[in-house]
Amino acid sequence: MTPPRSAARNAGRAPGAREKFSDWANRHRKWLFAAPAMAFVGVLIIFPLAWTLYLSLTDSQGSVRAATEFIGLENYLTVLSDVERFWPAVGRTLTFTGIALVCEVALGMGIALLLWRPFRGEKWVRVAILLPLVATPVAVGMMWRLIFDPNIGFANQLLAAVGIPAQPWLSGQDTALGTTIFMDVWQWTPMVVLILLAGLTSLSEEPDEAARMDGANAFQRFFFITLPLMMPTVIVAILLRGIDALKTFDILYATKGKGGGSFHEVETLNVYAYGLSFDYNQYGLSSAVLILFFMIIIGSMWLLTMRKKAVSK
Amino acid sequence: MTVLSENTENTKAQASAGQPRQPRQPRPVRRPKKPLGTRAYKVFRVAALIAVVLFLVAPLFWMLLASLKTNVDIYDTAKSFIFSPTFENYANVLQRNNYFVFIFNSFWVAFVSTALSLVLGVPAAYAMSRFTMHRSALVVLMARVIPGVSLLVPWYYVFSNLKMVGGFEVLILSHMFVALPLIVYIMMSYFDSLPLELEESAQVDGLTPIGAFQRITLPLSVAGMATAGILSFIFSWNNFMFALVLSGSKTKTLPVAIFDFVSYASIDWGGLMAAATVVTIPIMIIALFTQKYIVSGMTAGATKG
Repeated sequence: MTPPRSAARNAGRAPGAREKFSDWANRHRKWLFAAPAMAFVGVLIIFPLAWTLYLSLTDSQGSVRAATEFIGLENYLTVLSDVERFWPAVGRTLTFTGIALVCEVALGMGIALLLWRPFRGEKWVRVAILLPLVATPVAVGMMWRLIFDPNIGFANQLLAAVGIPAQPWLSGQDTALGTTIFMDVWQWTPMVVLILLAGLTSLSEEPDEAARMDGANAFQRFFFITLPLMMPTVIVAILLRGIDALKTFDILYATKGKGGGSFHEVETLNVYAYGLSFDYNQYGLSSAVLILFFMIIIGSMWLLTMRKKAVSK
Repeated sequence: MTVLSENTENTKAQASAGQPRQPRQPRPVRRPKKPLGTRAYKVFRVAALIAVVLFLVAPLFWMLLASLKTNVDIYDTAKSFIFSPTFENYANVLQRNNYFVFIFNSFWVAFVSTALSLVLGVPAAYAMSRFTMHRSALVVLMARVIPGVSLLVPWYYVFSNLKMVGGFEVLILSHMFVALPLIVYIMMSYFDSLPLELEESAQVDGLTPIGAFQRITLPLSVAGMATAGILSFIFSWNNFMFALVLSGSKTKTLPVAIFDFVSYASIDWGGLMAAATVVTIPIMIIALFTQKYIVSGMTAGATKG
């Protein structure tokens, strides 16, 4: 199964050079084990990142193979002064991530609290929670496209049943982003539930019991006991979910296609960068966008990790 | 601690166990302790849980229903739930559009990339956990943070120069890139929780460190590897962006095939829903049978704080 197997097998019997190899392998097992994976990831990351950095300083477009010229920071200036596509995309990325995270954590906490104590039919609820989580995002996007279709979609049928006029949902310029946030909430709240539930079940019962003895009601116990104790887990959930939410691509591209729809209404940074690269072949520009995007991700992650350290202490 | 336990259920148990000292104590203590509005909460909880389950399952059910309708029935709102089901859409999708090939492609890419990632990732996670190589671990975990698009342009360039785009190798490599960090992350927290003493005693008994890893640690971590492997398989199966750029007409995976379906048949809702169902069903069946592994993988390392 693992590369060092032969070394270990020889350890018992082969004398001489082979035994020396196994000794060597055992002494250096730390790097022997870690190096292949690190090399794999390193080669596939570091080289492309360096290249992206380089491309972002050139006027590369049309074909990556075409002769390119070094133009310094011009791409960055172009991108940063682009109020038509870039800044709205930044805004949408942050809106999408922010609203989705707030909804997912709030809903997730609620559902996790519902599931905290054992009950009958628990198994079925767990199955239901798992289903969106493993469903293929592209298929999920298609599914919601049908449900949110303005004419034949079930969403508008439901609204009609309670007397609300039909909504354009995905096809509306103002409603599209909100609708995709809803899809993200549907698909990923379960993950937050699972993480928070794991956190809840590992909490010690004593503080809660003590507060109960002192006559605290359920809300007080939650806000003053459970929630503070859960903060590290909540931040882990935000961190894990936040990284993926910032990078959301599948559902947006699957439901709205190139450029995030004809008015770019769901064009986030990831969709924008993908479009620049593979729909319009503007490699220099897209690389600059990507470097900036990457900095946004690292920055927000760093902030959250700091916060988590502060909370854990 | 002692105060607490005396005041909870133990009080009653002690009292009934025949301690004559405080015969009437339990009642006044227990009354206020019982949460107020228990019945109301129970009703609320059941209602809320039903709402949650409906919210999560209903859309998938709707997709399934639509896949069994003719396109005429899909457009007829009177036939939302009552209609005569047909498997025509599935027959169309599977036969005419070569979906069996795409199913195989998805399966093959997910399987091989998961297997290779396990081979590389499990020893790495072990070393990183045992020698607390947090900085090295960060390198691998970086892969989870970087937006995939930033890697795709250089990959595309290199791999198309090597004439590898459109082959399975490049797809498998790119999916390994998703799988490996996931596996390292899950296995690291798994090895962290595995007691070191077992290996140490095996080494005292004469096994080399690598031998101990191989004969003691690996067999003990089968559950962890199952968790990591299943999750990695699911993520690979669902991956869209890498395959969208790097797959060719012969290596197209299911998510890409479904996406293509829209561009040339955007009104064939029945077919589209059948295609969407075809991609989700296998992964859901796997998920149902491996529930506990998925849950433990999703929550790996989340509660250590």
